[in-house]
Amino acid sequence: MQNDRLTSASERGPLGPRSRRVLPSWVSTMVLLLPTYGWLTLAVFLPLLTMFVFSFMSATPMGKAPIVFTLKQYRAFIDQPYLVGIGINSLLIGFWTTLFCAVLGFLAAVALVQSTLGKTREILLILILLPFWTNGLVRVFSWTMVLRENGFLDNLLHMIAPDAGSIGFLYTRYAIVVGLVHGYLPYMILTCYIALVAIDDAIIEAASSLGARWWTILFKILVPLAAPGLISGSVLIFIPVIGSFMEPRILGGRVGVTMGTVIEDQFTQAFNWPLGASLSFTLLAVVLAIFATFSGVLRRGTAV
Amino acid sequence: MTNVKVHSVAKTYGTTPVLSDITTEFPEGSFTSLLGPSGSGKTTLLRIIAGFIKPDQGVVTIGNNDVTDIPVWGRNIGMMFQSYALFPHMTIAQNVAFGLERRGIKGAAARKEVDRALEMVRLPGFGSRTPKQLSGGQQQRVALARAIVIKPSVLLLDEPLSALDRRLRQEMQVELLRIQRESGLTTIFVTHDQEEALTLSDKVAILDKGRIVQIGEPEDVYERPLTRFAAEFLGDSNFLTGTVDNGAVRLADGTVVRTTSTLPTSGSKVTLAVRPEKMSIVSGPTDDNSLTARITTVIYAGPVLSYMLETADGLPLKLFAQNRDGKVLSDGDTITLSWAPEHTVPVGD
Ligand SMILES: Nc1ncnc2c1ncn2[C@@H]1O[C@H](COP(=O)(O)OP(=O)(O)OP(=O)(O)O)[C@@H](O)[C@H]1O
Ligand SMILES: [Mg+2]
Repeated sequence: MQNDRLTSASERGPLGPRSRRVLPSWVSTMVLLLPTYGWLTLAVFLPLLTMFVFSFMSATPMGKAPIVFTLKQYRAFIDQPYLVGIGINSLLIGFWTTLFCAVLGFLAAVALVQSTLGKTREILLILILLPFWTNGLVRVFSWTMVLRENGFLDNLLHMIAPDAGSIGFLYTRYAIVVGLVHGYLPYMILTCYIALVAIDDAIIEAASSLGARWWTILFKILVPLAAPGLISGSVLIFIPVIGSFMEPRILGGRVGVTMGTVIEDQFTQAFNWPLGASLSFTLLAVVLAIFATFSGVLRRGTAV
Repeated sequence: MTNVKVHSVAKTYGTTPVLSDITTEFPEGSFTSLLGPSGSGKTTLLRIIAGFIKPDQGVVTIGNNDVTDIPVWGRNIGMMFQSYALFPHMTIAQNVAFGLERRGIKGAAARKEVDRALEMVRLPGFGSRTPKQLSGGQQQRVALARAIVIKPSVLLLDEPLSALDRRLRQEMQVELLRIQRESGLTTIFVTHDQEEALTLSDKVAILDKGRIVQIGEPEDVYERPLTRFAAEFLGDSNFLTGTVDNGAVRLADGTVVRTTSTLPTSGSKVTLAVRPEKMSIVSGPTDDNSLTARITTVIYAGPVLSYMLETADGLPLKLFAQNRDGKVLSDGDTITLSWAPEHTVPVGD
């Protein structure tokens, strides 16, 4: 249909009878889709494929060692059982970061949608996007200043209670989660914001006219209606977070060993690209499995 | 089922007064339409009664309770919106049950109420569908069911039918009236549509620039408009200006027009309103008021012919006539028109 209309439009084009050359519809379809598929191939498929091929090699192809194709890289989790613990640690960090982002991001987005007074919305949006525009390294190091012993947090505490001990928790998993939440929160705020602004005000007004208080409106109207935003925000955050290495390394210190840092080490320190690649793909498979289970549960949940 | 009162309610946005000193009563079980041009404050008044807007001053009472400081959720109101505002993620039954749940009515009792409400709006068995699976008219019925199932103290409707096409709108008007009569709910209905206001309401309130210029039974308001604005806004009107002289009105060209209404003292200026359909074209002399005018245009509208006329003085007039004999007169013809003194209403400015 679409293509028929396209060709007939060109027939009636300004060139008149000369442009009467009718293209078969599949040609115009192809031409229209080419940029999309071209981009996908270039940006997603080629690098992934290269890494996928690497993951089956016995050594990095740039070294002197002879290359043999093997499955041994995928046995890493069996051969080095401590990786399982690291993997679980990463997933837990991903889980908590995503959860905190979801709660904080959703509430922030609600506040953003509610703020209709003058320029408040624009100002809030800029404040929210600020961490986005800050250099990641600066952002993370600034947290070390806050969280370390006798850091900003402790100073603040000692202003109120001079005799209190240190509550600085730098080099713990909590510090990693704090740094990650700070960095990834804008994604959640923006996806939730987009979902929330689409909700007709009259729907919320209808709910309150029927006797709903704010918490009923929040949990029975806003959360279900903005669920797509929450889900896409979670996906957007969870995946990069479990692969992150900067925050764990800087804020986690000794406990900051995650899949992200292990994989990064393979590429930068150990020069074992095949192992790095295979670990990445294993992680990807685990994440996809989690999402598949989760989306199944969600679908069953909404079907009732 | 209670009466609703607003007392000296005023609202100003910035420096523009949107409502100024509104005092009126909506009696128990009555159907009142708020009618007025765009921006006259109809929605604002309705939303003040609902509790969405806090008035700068004044008091709103529902029944015997002063609700001015009570938030929306505590006012027990039924509300219908132009955009239906159904909860898209819930089934029809869940939508209707939402207000019941807030009142602690659950399970079998709630289901019974929901079924009854859906039957009332003639949508029995639609409970398991989702809003998306219904037409606009059906969605608006669900919205009505959802609003009345909670047995509200007052039903507030802001142009609920304006998104529907003409036929559906007329159908819904009938339904709305039937349900309002059956339930006996005090109803306040905002509309742009004067015909809708006249056919549905027990009372019509005409708003202009944040004031109620006239409120009364539809017939009263239509037949005896108090101001030029009311006469013009509700239906069409011809206006004749003249001077009071000996119990009648003398127009500029010397014509004397009589009225059965009380006139101000002799010598004062007065404006008279006459509905175009009250005038008729006559062939001979008449005891009623009469004028001579030239036809500028005849508009053929099926059952009615509209004559655009002009007197020798250049005063434009309108006359609506039943289409009995078809279009026998044409542009340029001069006619004599007449109307009864009781249809001549002096109006303020
Ligand atoms: N939140 C607001 N801020 C500033 N002005 C407002 C606000 N809400 C309404 N107004 C103004 O108040 C006036 C009355 O608005 P209202 O919505 O009550 O009119 P209405 O009679 O319902 O009109 P319509 O028939 O177009 O719906 C308008 O001039 C409008 O511009
Ligand atoms: Mg309005």
